[in-house]
Amino acid sequence: MQSLTTPLLMIFALAVVGYFVAKSRALKVAGGDIRTLVSLPNQHALNTALATIVPPAAAVLLFALYGRLTDGGPNWFFTLVILGLGITGCALSLIGIKTETRARTYAERWIMGLLIFASTIAIMTTVGIVFSMLFETFNFFGQYDWRDFFFSLSWSPNFRGNSDLGIIPLLWGTLYVSVIALLVAVPIGLFAAIYLSEYAGPRLRAVAKPAIEVLAGIPTIVYGLFALITVGPFLRDYFAEPMGFGQSASSVMTAGVVMGVMLIPFVSSLSDDIINAVPQAMRDGSLGLGATKSETIRQVVLPAALPGIVGAILLAASRAIGETMIVVLGAGAAARLSLNPFEAMTTVTVKIVSQLTGDTDFASPETLVAFALGLTLFVITLGLNVFALYIVRKYREQYE
Amino acid sequence: MTTSLLVADARTKKRNAAEKRFQAYGLSAIVVAMLALLVLLISVLFNGLSSFQQTFITMDIALAEDRVDKQGNRDPAEMAKTTTIGYNSLLRDALIATLESEGLTTDLSNKDIANMISKESSATVRNRVLANPDLVGQTVTFDVLASGRIDGFFKGDVTLESAALDQNTSPEALMLAQELADRGVMETKFNWNFFVWPDASVQRPEAAGLGVAILGSLYMMIVVLVLALPIGVASSIYLEEFAPKNRITDIIEVNISNLAAVPSIVYGILGLAIFINFMEFNQSSPLVGGLVLTLMTLPTIIISTRAALKSVPPSIRDAALGVGASKMQSVFHHVLPLAAPGILTGTIIGLAQALGETAPLLLIGMVAFVREYPAAYTPEAGLFGEASTALPVQVFNWTQRSDPAFVERASGAIITLLVFLLIMNAVAIYLRRRFERRW
Repeated sequence: MQSLTTPLLMIFALAVVGYFVAKSRALKVAGGDIRTLVSLPNQHALNTALATIVPPAAAVLLFALYGRLTDGGPNWFFTLVILGLGITGCALSLIGIKTETRARTYAERWIMGLLIFASTIAIMTTVGIVFSMLFETFNFFGQYDWRDFFFSLSWSPNFRGNSDLGIIPLLWGTLYVSVIALLVAVPIGLFAAIYLSEYAGPRLRAVAKPAIEVLAGIPTIVYGLFALITVGPFLRDYFAEPMGFGQSASSVMTAGVVMGVMLIPFVSSLSDDIINAVPQAMRDGSLGLGATKSETIRQVVLPAALPGIVGAILLAASRAIGETMIVVLGAGAAARLSLNPFEAMTTVTVKIVSQLTGDTDFASPETLVAFALGLTLFVITLGLNVFALYIVRKYREQYE
Repeated sequence: MTTSLLVADARTKKRNAAEKRFQAYGLSAIVVAMLALLVLLISVLFNGLSSFQQTFITMDIALAEDRVDKQGNRDPAEMAKTTTIGYNSLLRDALIATLESEGLTTDLSNKDIANMISKESSATVRNRVLANPDLVGQTVTFDVLASGRIDGFFKGDVTLESAALDQNTSPEALMLAQELADRGVMETKFNWNFFVWPDASVQRPEAAGLGVAILGSLYMMIVVLVLALPIGVASSIYLEEFAPKNRITDIIEVNISNLAAVPSIVYGILGLAIFINFMEFNQSSPLVGGLVLTLMTLPTIIISTRAALKSVPPSIRDAALGVGASKMQSVFHHVLPLAAPGILTGTIIGLAQALGETAPLLLIGMVAFVREYPAAYTPEAGLFGEASTALPVQVFNWTQRSDPAFVERASGAIITLLVFLLIMNAVAIYLRRRFERRW
């Protein structure tokens, strides 16, 4: 990569020079009267600059990819091709400057190409995510039986080999934490949304809505620290120990409660949108028949908004499953299949972090298992998201 | 059996009570949510504010020639042969001399007295002497760091009882420290160095700072801004203004809304597999961190940019097209400038999100212990290629250490992070209020 910097800088300089040469050449062709030109001198200049830069830049990207795939460094051939492309582009566009040249159209084609390239980056990201994980997951299953991974009930990685790498204890911890988080977030978020959209006056709304949304803007590491230094010891001293559930500060309960707080704004702002989308006529009809406001909400508004609310809850659930820092700091690291919510358990995301940050051989199954875990996590959250977005979208169309 | 309509019957009473209850549930939900926010902020502030203060010992240190410059030629290269261990005894003797001049007597051994001074201090004094050899032979007044336990004592984290069980300090040392503080030799004061110093080793919480982390976060934000803003705006312009409605653009759109909901740790795996293993960029470098955060922020920026472009009324485009502008000109000359405040707001919010993100950075090795300030560019490591940490990762790092003094540091780092986020969001809100146009 290093030796490609110089040719790229040269191309850039060429483009700047080309810009001004093209401008003056366009003026010369016009004979001083730019009204005879189909395109303005600036557009000729822009076309030349883009024609000089874009093809070599694309070549550099391709060469970088090729160099990585074949493990070969950049060589004189690359440099030659890059310089050649730049000079050819510059020269061709300079020669092409005539009074009737449609430089604006040409320049816009280059720009359009760049815009399309930018919008494919999202696709490439997804492809990158899937392939990077698929590739290493296959490596992993080459060394470790997939049946053991999916069905074994124990997780005990051993750095001398012979590890038990069963995903079930991790999935159990993940689900347990997520369920507790949803038990906290859904009632609070939903009631807050109902109150804010149906009862609250403008003054309370102006204070409460931003305050709840602040919760969404706080980084998860802050919640993690909160779980570690405040909520964990509090739950241990006032609940777990007096009630005889154990002495662990990091527990499913700690992580679940804190994650629930984090999810409140998700549930409430999505539900708020959805409740507001229920047509006023439905409320008026119910109130007109003599129902109280709460009866209207429970029997008319909520059933009408139900699909959307389910979608919101599913989105929150996918958030909970993929959350990392709160469980890393709050839930503990011991893989356990237990019902006691005050016991430390671990989740898929915690194990991804711990397997990939340890000092182990990258090719060992103990490290590669993180990719299989990541892929499982990706598939689960993707499924939830697609399903939830489908429900929300379908519901929105219902009243439009 | 006739009842007056003015007297509510049992059923009506029940319904009205249900109404009241329902309202109370709603209100209490809001109260609980706001209380949670309050408790969260108070707990972090309560734990972290003390990290901005640090205990210093003010003492005169005699930089005798035979101790720091044995050759006597003031040559920094020769003087560097005196290690920090040599300076340790120098500082210890200076503290003993200070005790004597203050008229304090103590049963503590010389080693225990030396333990009251941070091990970091000898390095600080040594660096200052090496930078300025003329100091040798003089008696110079230094503000040196007190050890972590002494510092914890003045902040209320270490008590005489806990010190009795502690190997690193003793109740006698704490009482002596109290005497010194009463005489003004020891002072707990605001510590700017917390934002400047790099991380310190596990035994020296008192010297740990955020310098490297803030620098690393800054580099990553530059990478994110430079990459995510142009790419995000370009792809939004294409999707919103030019893209034909067909299967492919549909896939791109669904894809972007799904990418926005992919767990952040998955981006970390992507970064590890693609940028570090495949492209062989440097591990723990701000470049890789920035690239990962760019991919993570792109969906946020694209979604808000598209909303901003959508809110520009079609009459603007029609007017531009009507006087002969091309579609591209109408977008770049008219629509984009009008959408700029919205785009900027979305970008700042995306950056704020990226600044607080931790999980993906753990996977690309930014948890490493880094004491060297990373340079923005070096010929060997390339642009932003030197190892570094980041603010949220530093917080995580400190929570993993056993010394409780690091919890205070972690909370202090969180406060710093939250202040940065507050500023960014305030700027975003200001921009929205100031420049947003309603059509």
